[in-house]
Amino acid sequence: MNFEISKEPINIQGVIDKVVDRDAGAINTFIGTVRETTKGKKTLYLIYEAYESMAVKKLEQIGREIQERWKGAKVAITHRVGRLEISDVAVVIAVSTPHRAASYEASRYAIERIKEMVPIWKKEHWEDGAEWIGDQLEQVPYPSGKPEVKDLDE
Amino acid sequence: MNKVLFFAHLRDAVGEDFIKMDAAGKTVAQLKELLKEQYDLPRFDTVMTAINEEFCSDDDVIQEGDEIAFIPPVSGG
Repeated sequence: MNFEISKEPINIQGVIDKVVDRDAGAINTFIGTVRETTKGKKTLYLIYEAYESMAVKKLEQIGREIQERWKGAKVAITHRVGRLEISDVAVVIAVSTPHRAASYEASRYAIERIKEMVPIWKKEHWEDGAEWIGDQLEQVPYPSGKPEVKDLDE
Repeated sequence: MNKVLFFAHLRDAVGEDFIKMDAAGKTVAQLKELLKEQYDLPRFDTVMTAINEEFCSDDDVIQEGDEIAFIPPVSGG
């Protein structure tokens, strides 16, 4: 189970351990955390929710896409759901590759792809209200009604 | 019978995680129009749709037993 949605705090080392490989020369670990201030507004906490079964499938798809692009890569991703406080870990991505350059590139690819098409949403709670976030993506057009891989390559 | 799932602001608008309805034979676009008549669904034209956990297009036809999910712009990560 290299791709998971977790209701509990993420065990970062546990994600890293999944990509350990004798032929790897690098493991790149990305840790996404809850930021307090967004566009000048103070966040109190976040609620993440997922369409869990589809989210796992889409994370698996990202893993396959990475293995097609970067030979020898191993990938593990865990995304947390539920209530998260400031500085809590929301997502951990671990990528191992034979050479270090590819591990940086593949890790960046994974987080951008998550933000593009994995069905996970966050609701920001402030002192004066709350809102599901996602509207900021309205400037991203999906002409075919769904996100395409090629959008990332531009 | 079909299960239709709502997430994030759409779930708040509908007041349910999902509804059961007979949507077989309809296109996704037709189902969207039907739901727009029944519920006040903000920014419904910006959502993506999935059938059986895979993104689909508005022209796809829903089959008996399909699970349909409306996917607002995502904000994970």
